[in-house]
Amino acid sequence: MSGADALQHATTLALAILIVALLLTIVRLIRGPTLPDRILALDLLTTLAIGFIAAIAIRTGFSLYLDIAISIGLLGFLSTIALARYVLRQAEKQDSSATSGGVSR
Amino acid sequence: MITALLQYVAAALTVLGAVFGLLAAVGVLRLPDLYTRMHAASKAGVVGAGLMLLAMAIESGDGSVIVRALLGILFLLLSTPVGAHLLAKAAYRVGLRPIVSNSFNDMEAEKEPPTIQ
Repeated sequence: MSGADALQHATTLALAILIVALLLTIVRLIRGPTLPDRILALDLLTTLAIGFIAAIAIRTGFSLYLDIAISIGLLGFLSTIALARYVLRQAEKQDSSATSGGVSR
Repeated sequence: MITALLQYVAAALTVLGAVFGLLAAVGVLRLPDLYTRMHAASKAGVVGAGLMLLAMAIESGDGSVIVRALLGILFLLLSTPVGAHLLAKAAYRVGLRPIVSNSFNDMEAEKEPPTIQ
């Protein structure tokens, strides 16, 4: 088996494994009992998508896919930060309405 | 000769990275509370994607691709801990508490649920 053949088989296997991983993460995304669980599952989905795109780039030989992978990583980081800030804002709103009794808003 | 060797190394790294990704997904699905799930997702997940980007850098042998892949790995290693830290802080602030017992016993789980502080 030559190196190129080995690379073809390896990327096929890696894509199959990553599909299973993505499906398991989607199960947690649907079931997740709280909002932070779902944010965590979305974060893992973007990380797994970076690996998926890297496998496709190795398989096809188009190195331009790498730029897409990097920008998906950037987007995933920003969305995780934004959703975590949203959870923090909710907590602060709960606190202020609990301490002041909802009088001064 | 050396090209074939690099291709075998890249093939091994690709499969290894995919297995790390699968481990992260299994951890996120199976672990008992948010903080242990976060530990699976933000460590094993980053190693999985990073290994696959490293395999791409090794396989291409092109200078610009190597630099971009290494930059991608560096960005992933810098950004994921920051995001996980902020998410953990927000989840603690909103009232989620970690499970205290770190030796969770499935056989006893039917009698008494895990203690949540």
